[in-house]
Amino acid sequence: MTRGPIIAAAVIGAILIALLVWGVPAFLSKKTESTPVSAAAATSSPDTPHITATLYYASSDGRYLVPVKHDVPLASGVVEQGRQILLTELQAAPSPYIKVIPEGTTLRGFYVTDRGDAFVDLGPEIVRAHPGGSLNELLTVYALVNAVTANLPAVQRVQILVNGKEVDAIAGHVDIRRPLTRDASLVRERDTNQAPKLKAQKPVQ
Amino acid sequence: MARATAALVALFLIAFPPLPRAQDNAPPYTLLSREGRRPIPTMTRGGRELIALDDVAALFQVTVRGDSLARAVTLTYRGKTIIASADQPMTSVDGRVVALPGPVVQAGQRWLVPIEFLSRALGPIYDQRITIRPSARLVIVGDLRVPHVSARIDMAGPPTHATFLVTPASRVTATTEGNRVLLRVEGDAIEPTFPPSAAGLIESIHLGDQPDTVVVSLTRAAAPARVATSQADNATRVTVDIPAAPDARPPSSQAQAPGVPGQDTPASVPALGQAMQTIIIDPGHGGDDIGVKGAGGLQEKQLTLDVARRVRSLIESRLGLRVIMTREDDKLVTLNERAAMANNSKAGLLVSLHANGAPSATPSGAEIFYDRLDREGEAARRAAAAQSVSLPVIGGGTRPIEIIPWDLAQAPHVGSSEVLATVLEEELRKVVPMSTRARQQAPMRLLSAANMPAALVEMAYLTNGPQEMQAGTEGFKNGVAQAIVNAITRFRSLTDDRETR
Repeated sequence: MTRGPIIAAAVIGAILIALLVWGVPAFLSKKTESTPVSAAAATSSPDTPHITATLYYASSDGRYLVPVKHDVPLASGVVEQGRQILLTELQAAPSPYIKVIPEGTTLRGFYVTDRGDAFVDLGPEIVRAHPGGSLNELLTVYALVNAVTANLPAVQRVQILVNGKEVDAIAGHVDIRRPLTRDASLVRERDTNQAPKLKAQKPVQ
Repeated sequence: MARATAALVALFLIAFPPLPRAQDNAPPYTLLSREGRRPIPTMTRGGRELIALDDVAALFQVTVRGDSLARAVTLTYRGKTIIASADQPMTSVDGRVVALPGPVVQAGQRWLVPIEFLSRALGPIYDQRITIRPSARLVIVGDLRVPHVSARIDMAGPPTHATFLVTPASRVTATTEGNRVLLRVEGDAIEPTFPPSAAGLIESIHLGDQPDTVVVSLTRAAAPARVATSQADNATRVTVDIPAAPDARPPSSQAQAPGVPGQDTPASVPALGQAMQTIIIDPGHGGDDIGVKGAGGLQEKQLTLDVARRVRSLIESRLGLRVIMTREDDKLVTLNERAAMANNSKAGLLVSLHANGAPSATPSGAEIFYDRLDREGEAARRAAAAQSVSLPVIGGGTRPIEIIPWDLAQAPHVGSSEVLATVLEEELRKVVPMSTRARQQAPMRLLSAANMPAALVEMAYLTNGPQEMQAGTEGFKNGVAQAIVNAITRFRSLTDDRETR
């Protein structure tokens, strides 16, 4: 006699689980579709959740860094989100901007200390394939430093490592032996429509 | 009436254009031959030194015949001819085309040619060799012996210590005449490179009345000098040691032994008087590290070394200072090794030479960087300043030594580095195009480790086609080298002013 309510409860439970399994991703994907998409090409597929991050590329005349909104896959936690931001920064730049990280540069690791210092560990390609020149090197270094600090409020400073080691410089000019803070002197907010709204988007804590 | 007068004046000007005026500031050229010395009148136009062909005719016994209609001039010497056309930077010398550094100028009835015409055009048809020594302002006719004599005050002292280097090796006889030391160098004349200002017990170094004599005038506080000569590497080295006279009080500003700053001088600040005797020129990159490579093939490492050599030769010949280059040839030198060379030599300043690269072909122009300390650097500097230690010094007592980490050595010099960057910008602006960001502050690895005023010069963008072409020219390389030397001269005078204040 007591089997009837048990079966009913099991059926209701199964329906609820099914609803959860099917419904939450569907809800999330709807949510992401409603997020304004920037001029930049989305790197994540439309059905994976993503955030809109501010990435840095050279202006089309090659003089400055320009902040550009770009979709980056959503990740859990500061470290994983930082990794996703950097992986996107290492990819091709959206038109008409110019990528300032050498082609083929790999991300070996990303760490954040309790003091708010982040370590970006890059493959040796960044040194080998770097075109040289103080301006090119400043653009490379501060595209990375600014991309991390602009999107991860927990990070104040960024140190670039090459092949897991501290190095003097990427191309012989800019001192990267210590963590660097964000530098706005090379940044021009060219298109005010695309200027980052850092306060508005705080996807990661 | 007024119109008629104006027309007449205009006609007069067309018929008799004003001649370029003789140059006021540069010393005149001297013609040196077996017969003796004669001044050569020159004038400048467009920054180039010109000599009139009628003066050439008188000095070299050649005949000159101008043809105003054809706008050409013919110069004849012993049956051989040189033909030059107005506004052409070349001449035909006995049927062969010879390039000149600037065009031939027709000014009314007169014909003016660049001074190099003498060696390049007249030389090949003349019966004696004609050579020009621009730094000595000499035109040498015939095989004369004109050794180069460079003077350097190594130590202001007292005792004051000076070195004279004679190349090629020549016999030097030294005599003392009252308060002067005379160095007679075997040869027909001397090509001198003397320091612009004297120091210590030396009042001045100049050429004597005889063309083969160098005069070292001493102050009244000097005791008789000791002179020693030695030979090495096809050069004769003459050292002059001048002790202070026993009863004379040494000049107060030079009372200290060199390299030992006063009690209140932090060890990290070089004593300018002595330290500015050495300049570090750092040709960027080298070896496997080629730096930026232009589309036309110009490599940054080649350009930096080329310009560095020009800067060194100008500093040594014009300022008589010691120049240390962080690399002499095409080899890889780490940034740490470069900084170590600079700091260990206790040089007065460092100029690092580079060529720039951008991600597009648009950016162009020269840029000058000086170091920017980040917040951590500032904090480390303050912490270090608080940790001075006292070390015993020779003769008793102690001296506070400020300990600054090697990689933050630039911290106390950022202010003077900004001054250096400013004069570099001003001098370079006179000769080369400048970037829209001509002077910048950034965390630069080599500069941050330099314990002296230091700046980095990006001469041009090799990623910009026209700039790359320009950077490869003699005019550009010489212009940049001269501008850097001018900036160093100005920076030295600024720091000297500060010292005496």
